[in-house]
Amino acid sequence: MIELNVNGNTRQLDIESEMPLLWALRNELGLTGTKFGCGIAACGACTVHVDGQPVRSCMTPVSAVRNSQITTIEGLAANAGVNNTLTAVQQAWINHQVPQCGYCQSGMIMAVSAMLAENPNPDAETIERSVSNVCRCGTYPRVSKAIQTLVADNASGNAGTAEGETV
Amino acid sequence: MKMNRRRFLLGTTVIGGGLLLGYAVTRPTRQFLANRDHAEAGQTFLTTWLRIDPDNRVTVVVPHSEMGQGVLTSLPMMAADEMDADWNLVRVEQAPATDLFANGVLIKGFAMSMGLSVPAFLDRTVDFATLKAAEIMNMQITGGSSSVRFTGEMGMRAAGAAAREMLVNAAAAQWNVAADECDARNSFVHHDTSGRSASFGELASAAAEFAPPRNPTLKTPDRFTLMGTAVPRVDIPAKVDGSAMFGIDAMPAGMLYAAVTTAPVFGGKLARVDNVEAVMQRRGVQRVIELEDAVAVVADNYWRASEALKQLQPVFTDTEFDSSNSSDIFAEFDAALDNNERNEDVYAGDAAEALNSAAETISASYRVPYLAHAAMEPMNCTVHFHDGRCDVWTGTQDNLGIRGRVASVADIDANNVTVHPFYLGGGFGRRLPQSTNTIDQATRIASHFDVPVQTLWSREEDTRQDYYRPAVSSRFRAGLDANGQLIAWENVYIGKNEPVEAAHIAYQVPNQKIDYVESPTHIPFGAWRSVAHSQHSFFLESFTDELAWHANQDPLQYRLSLLQDKPRHRRVLQEAAARAGWTTAAPEGRARGIALQESFGSIVAEVAEVSLTEEGEVRVNKVVCAIDCGRVVNPDTAASQVESGIIYGLTAAMYGQISIENGRVKESNFHDYEMLRLAESPDIDVILLESDDAPVGGLGEPATPPISAAVTNAIYALTGQRVRELPLKNYRFLPPPTEAAGNV
Repeated sequence: MIELNVNGNTRQLDIESEMPLLWALRNELGLTGTKFGCGIAACGACTVHVDGQPVRSCMTPVSAVRNSQITTIEGLAANAGVNNTLTAVQQAWINHQVPQCGYCQSGMIMAVSAMLAENPNPDAETIERSVSNVCRCGTYPRVSKAIQTLVADNASGNAGTAEGETV
Repeated sequence: MKMNRRRFLLGTTVIGGGLLLGYAVTRPTRQFLANRDHAEAGQTFLTTWLRIDPDNRVTVVVPHSEMGQGVLTSLPMMAADEMDADWNLVRVEQAPATDLFANGVLIKGFAMSMGLSVPAFLDRTVDFATLKAAEIMNMQITGGSSSVRFTGEMGMRAAGAAAREMLVNAAAAQWNVAADECDARNSFVHHDTSGRSASFGELASAAAEFAPPRNPTLKTPDRFTLMGTAVPRVDIPAKVDGSAMFGIDAMPAGMLYAAVTTAPVFGGKLARVDNVEAVMQRRGVQRVIELEDAVAVVADNYWRASEALKQLQPVFTDTEFDSSNSSDIFAEFDAALDNNERNEDVYAGDAAEALNSAAETISASYRVPYLAHAAMEPMNCTVHFHDGRCDVWTGTQDNLGIRGRVASVADIDANNVTVHPFYLGGGFGRRLPQSTNTIDQATRIASHFDVPVQTLWSREEDTRQDYYRPAVSSRFRAGLDANGQLIAWENVYIGKNEPVEAAHIAYQVPNQKIDYVESPTHIPFGAWRSVAHSQHSFFLESFTDELAWHANQDPLQYRLSLLQDKPRHRRVLQEAAARAGWTTAAPEGRARGIALQESFGSIVAEVAEVSLTEEGEVRVNKVVCAIDCGRVVNPDTAASQVESGIIYGLTAAMYGQISIENGRVKESNFHDYEMLRLAESPDIDVILLESDDAPVGGLGEPATPPISAAVTNAIYALTGQRVRELPLKNYRFLPPPTEAAGNV
């Protein structure tokens, strides 16, 4: 048995220790917000947080995370202490109307959230390195604007505001 | 065996006046059928696409798929605006995949855009939305940048206006006053003289007694309340918290997962499969299924299926293409351009004579490789056969078309197939109903089970079993008179595809001879965002740029001089150039290029500003795009579609290359089929322009075509090196040795 702590819940799963976390989340736990994009950790659609760190779950065996706190997009707001509402990142995504098809956006939001938790004021190089997710709809300009707003809010101590300029 | 290039998108099914005109109006009306079959107690359909609940909520039923373009917002905006419904009381539903919601307006739009006449009495009528032809053709297609300009302009607005008229008539009858004394505002009908008012919900059932007017009066733009405003998209909240459901997220009870390997060389068949016994011993594996050209492992978890598949040893038959490489295909193209019979595309004046008598001729050849779509959501489809019926869960650009396809593959009646619509994790043409290899496989695999089976392709399979954007080679010759004036334009290219006008030029050239030759290959091809425009715009706008530099003219001024009769084209060029600072020097180490393309009813000019990295790779720093789409329905979704189109086209220009090696696709995943990412994404400045009296143009595709030439034209301005073949990842550019770039 593999014990996983996902979004604050502990679950016992009768699965192989080498099963990638992505497929444990999607097929065994029914958490479909985390997406399959490439299977080789190249696109970031499957990004989740493991003890707060962004991890590409398609190449992460469950054996590597059995003693960790795993957060998926479904648990992001609750984990941030804003249950039943949205995190500042999610709200910025709405304010800037970032998603198009939306498929990559769970991973994008998880990557950005982890980056800003680690460094509320990242420089351009950090942003480009931390947010290497692929988006085929090309939402990058809006991702950039949303991050800039979040960074500005962090700088002004205004984190978590639901207000924001809509583009 | 080789596939002839043909009109593959929408043309063949749409053209045919008989179908179009032969089934004008169905009886009983759709309104009646919608109320009988799709309305719950108290609900009333006023037209097929509008339903009103007693609590005054209006539901707009959208016969298009949401793939990020915002159609679930823009079309309801158009209906609600004409109806004078309160947007806060509007709900949106995806149309079910049934005959009743087939989209006849779309057929009309494409027919009109192809120059087919539509009888005046059908123009802008609600009844046209009920064309039997749409049912026959199973049409609910989302493609061709058509949703707003056809379904919205001709269908949703008419439906909303008709509903408004019916509601006003119902109120007038109830109050015994003249209808023209009544007014609809915010989901209420008011009779201001007497101070009476009633909600749409209260009036709905009485309104349904009135026949929908055939020619409802549409609003003039000055009376729009929703159209033209940046209404936030209704689908976005679910796309930030993981709750949005894509086809891959379908999880009907008891579902199994299939992983598939298809013959790597197109046309190959499955000869035999080795190691089946060992694979069947693996945990969770239910079955190995052999298909004509593929083999699938079905298991209780996708990873188990996928791992088991790796252990399977399928053997595929040899084909006549097993040694075919990209270089062979391009050599065949060259031979075809030299030798094959030429088919006329555009003839104007006498290009042969003009070229003979020209003081100077200029020639250039260009080519682009095959491209995959690489939608983020790998291709998938879930199918469940039970009780003589079949349920299908998938994200598709044509739910009704997929219903028909599954019925045909399964050999059951389409009425016994239920398609459950989902969001699409990218469409880009890959999920059109002409590109159904995944759907076909999923149907055949699931037919062996009485539980649902999700067939899900790996990224490798998705990359290697696509319907590719065709590779194209194109040759040009221009004739100049003694004054350097462009008097002849000759072009011959490989394969004519949709849309038919892709190789046509906007520029005034008196003598034109544009031909195409066929050179079939074994590579399957399909519609790729902007279809043939994405290749031809690169060719046309590169060659035009070459002519401008040859004439020692500014590329913008040169284009303007050939567009004296096209004010809308001139305007987008001038607006984009002005915003980009065209007449000022680019920042140190950068240069700008410009390109123009009309497509899908919109006219686009783009200016790219580029620089080189230390390694000589191209970096696109900035793009300014001016687009005239006639009228803008939602400026925010419009801008996002333009941004998206630019990045899709730029990704192709920078990295896009599907190579054929030994008959099969060499690239497999994002490490070798690379994508533009945030770090390489340029600043994009979008200028939305409107033109009074111009029809509404599309937005999903038109920004894609011009970007490649805008970038390569900028590279020429920067380095003096002319790019005649994409992608740019294959080049290392050197800054010009002297200050003079090229032949300025």
